[in-house]
Amino acid sequence: MRYDISEESYTTHEHDVVIIGAGGAGLRAAIAASQEGASVALVCKSMLGKAHTVMAEGGAAAALANKDPRDSWKVHFRDTMKGGKYLNDWRMAKIHAQQAPDRIRELETWGAVFDRTPKGLTSQRNFGGHTYPRLAHIGDATGLELIRTLQEKGVHMGMDVFMEFTVRRLFTNNGEVTGCFAYDRNDGSLHLFKAKSIVLATGGITRCWAVCSGSWEYTGEGHALAYWAGAEIGDMEFVQFHPTGMIWPPSVKGILVTEGVRGEGGMLTNSEGQRFMFDYIPEMYADEFADTEKEALEWVDEVISGKLATKRRPPELLTRDVVAKAINSERDAGRASEHGGAYLDISWRTPEDVKKKLPGMYHQFKELAAVDITTTKMEVGPTAHYVMGGVKVHPETQESTVIGLYAAGEAATGLHGANRLGGNSLSDLIVFGKIAGEHAAARAEKIDSFTEIPDEEIADVISETLAPFGREGGENPASVVEDLREMMQEKVGIIRTGTLLNEALSDLDELEKRASITSPGGSRIYNPGWHQALELGAMIDVSRMCALAALQREESRGGHTRDDFPESDHKHWGKVNSVITQGKDGSMEIEHTSYPAIDEELKALLDADDLDQEGE
Amino acid sequence: MSEEVTFRVFRGVGDAHGEALGKMVDYTVEMDEGMVVLDVIHRIQAEHAPDLSCRWNCKAGKCGSCSAEVNGMPRLMCMTRMEDIMEETPEGEPITVKPMQAFPITKDLVTDISWAYEMNKKMVPVNGPEELDWEFKQEEADRIQEFRACIECMLCVNTCHVLREHQKFDEFAGPRFFVRLAGLEMHPLDTENRIPEIKEDFGLGYCNITKCCTEVCPAGINITDNAIIPLKERVVTEYYDPIAMIARKLGLKT
Repeated sequence: MRYDISEESYTTHEHDVVIIGAGGAGLRAAIAASQEGASVALVCKSMLGKAHTVMAEGGAAAALANKDPRDSWKVHFRDTMKGGKYLNDWRMAKIHAQQAPDRIRELETWGAVFDRTPKGLTSQRNFGGHTYPRLAHIGDATGLELIRTLQEKGVHMGMDVFMEFTVRRLFTNNGEVTGCFAYDRNDGSLHLFKAKSIVLATGGITRCWAVCSGSWEYTGEGHALAYWAGAEIGDMEFVQFHPTGMIWPPSVKGILVTEGVRGEGGMLTNSEGQRFMFDYIPEMYADEFADTEKEALEWVDEVISGKLATKRRPPELLTRDVVAKAINSERDAGRASEHGGAYLDISWRTPEDVKKKLPGMYHQFKELAAVDITTTKMEVGPTAHYVMGGVKVHPETQESTVIGLYAAGEAATGLHGANRLGGNSLSDLIVFGKIAGEHAAARAEKIDSFTEIPDEEIADVISETLAPFGREGGENPASVVEDLREMMQEKVGIIRTGTLLNEALSDLDELEKRASITSPGGSRIYNPGWHQALELGAMIDVSRMCALAALQREESRGGHTRDDFPESDHKHWGKVNSVITQGKDGSMEIEHTSYPAIDEELKALLDADDLDQEGE
Repeated sequence: MSEEVTFRVFRGVGDAHGEALGKMVDYTVEMDEGMVVLDVIHRIQAEHAPDLSCRWNCKAGKCGSCSAEVNGMPRLMCMTRMEDIMEETPEGEPITVKPMQAFPITKDLVTDISWAYEMNKKMVPVNGPEELDWEFKQEEADRIQEFRACIECMLCVNTCHVLREHQKFDEFAGPRFFVRLAGLEMHPLDTENRIPEIKEDFGLGYCNITKCCTEVCPAGINITDNAIIPLKERVVTEYYDPIAMIARKLGLKT
């Protein structure tokens, strides 16, 4: 039954720039666009200040060189490219490394209070894959500091904030974006936003896995909205499983344990008490990591006492893809911790140090697992954390292949390649959020009037949005969501095979059928069941993108591991990125393209040995 | 081993004034090891009531979205372990879950906290040097980093009797915003004088330091001792300290 929409009314809003999402990237874009003089609507799924950025812990990477004068944007660029296994858009990696320091400093003038060095500058901590201590932080609550600072700046910029609004569709006309349609969770009312530019800052997709560190918001609507509007979506096979999520008790499974624990000297051990990471140092990192416990301990001693490190780093600080797979392998070899993960131990440091540098972790374990991490080892295991893939954007403007549609932060792809370094996400948000906001505003300035949006397109999205109320006796949408997440965990998880990925694609077809007939019941006022019935559409399409891109890539690299193709294939797959688009008949299409050749000057900054291996 | 638990949850909406129109409804579900209150609410949604409204995001005590009153106590549902709740609840009694009572009700466990966003806009931003490189010591940061830990869950506001009983929302900034103001006022590089507005516009005098706010703060901020009392002392110095008054008349900085 089609819901009768003849009686439905909606409210129309007009803004130069509509920004969808109010995490770090969205807020930074909104500030930039407002500064450029654009009228801005900030449309967000949760309340302001609650977006996913708030959960980020360890810090924001920027080569400030406050802790180690040897650091520079060039080293940051090199680390980012290496960590991404050279599938990054090198142009974005360069812009990011060059601009991150000023974006961090700017935050301090807006009220952020990062931890200090003895000289009174912003302190920086060590993190996986970063050669030098590089992460500006406040304890282990850096995301809170970032979002609160941007929120406090943003509310004085004159933007209109639409909280608890969910965007259902983008409108385009001749390949240019013209507006979007949303519903308000609080009263179920419907809203049309006309816009000259739209910025997608919608974050990620990891709620599609059963064990994840993401909140309810992480259902991939931004990725799906762009795809449905005709944009190119890249690198969707690359999903980061963070090595250290909580694993016990069951109800907390997946909650993040910051990499800062390892940055502060945390050691990973197996059931036999061995520091197993020494056995998993990849060839490409062999020169940079300690190969004995003695050397690793000496590095930690140097760092804690405030000296410049002369020893090589402990292998616990290898990139996330490597550590996650190592924990997985130890489990498969029968050396798992009590509840199927690994032990992470920071208790050898003084209780005062632990509480000062990792206060959130101390409380999280104490309150949720009744574990005192100042005396006891934590138990950790991999958790779906981040998607490297997203909307393909121009590196200098963040514009997608749909004119006037921009994307920044986790919703965009390019910066991180096949694997993101910890700390590069928060700096990504503020560097590219700003760029997206500025360019969105510049485009809006050139356009005189808003484009009319055809009535039949509006009627169509209203009908689709209200459809779940017209269905009776169907499943609870929650059970379809749960089955989808279990399926993705099993078949599109850390270790993949062609057989499982093919199964995943056909399972998704089945889930799509079930999703189309769920019936949440209830009213339009703040109805989470209705919301879930709607978001399933995006979850299914982004899951499909991951499975399809993963099936095509017949090699293992970064956040994509194929049991049937365990080696990296530098000759072919090391040089191409997947691109997904929606075909004319509505089916999902995939091809592979390459970024332009890297500048010689920048190439000289990269690891010559790695490039040899890549066949350059 | 799993056991059953019964939750008695407020179901209903607010009238035009945000007063509750609804009733308490019982739901019984199975409970697993290590569950928190929010897990039980999610299970009720999945098994009995898909339209049961509640806010949540991080489920790790970092975002401050899932504030509610559990057995009459204001708490974050995501950080309240069922083990502790079972211990405090008399045998055979249901566990009650209600929305925050100081705010107008939207539906079920969701309240209208737009007041907080309006109040936030009234806070004058930090005003320091133009240059990008701000220098200050960790000891100076320590003092205000405690305040920066606020997750804006509004449990303190919900508990404060000036707001909850006396509804002085128009005259009183409430504990959350005194924490914010204290963070600005004590910022080592901030040059604004915020004391007049703290006294006049934000009504600091209404607080009679009963410390209810501090008791419910899930971020462990010493709201009363470290934020409100020092602000009260600054107001006293600015307005009532005779030596400071003479100094001001003589044009000396106090």
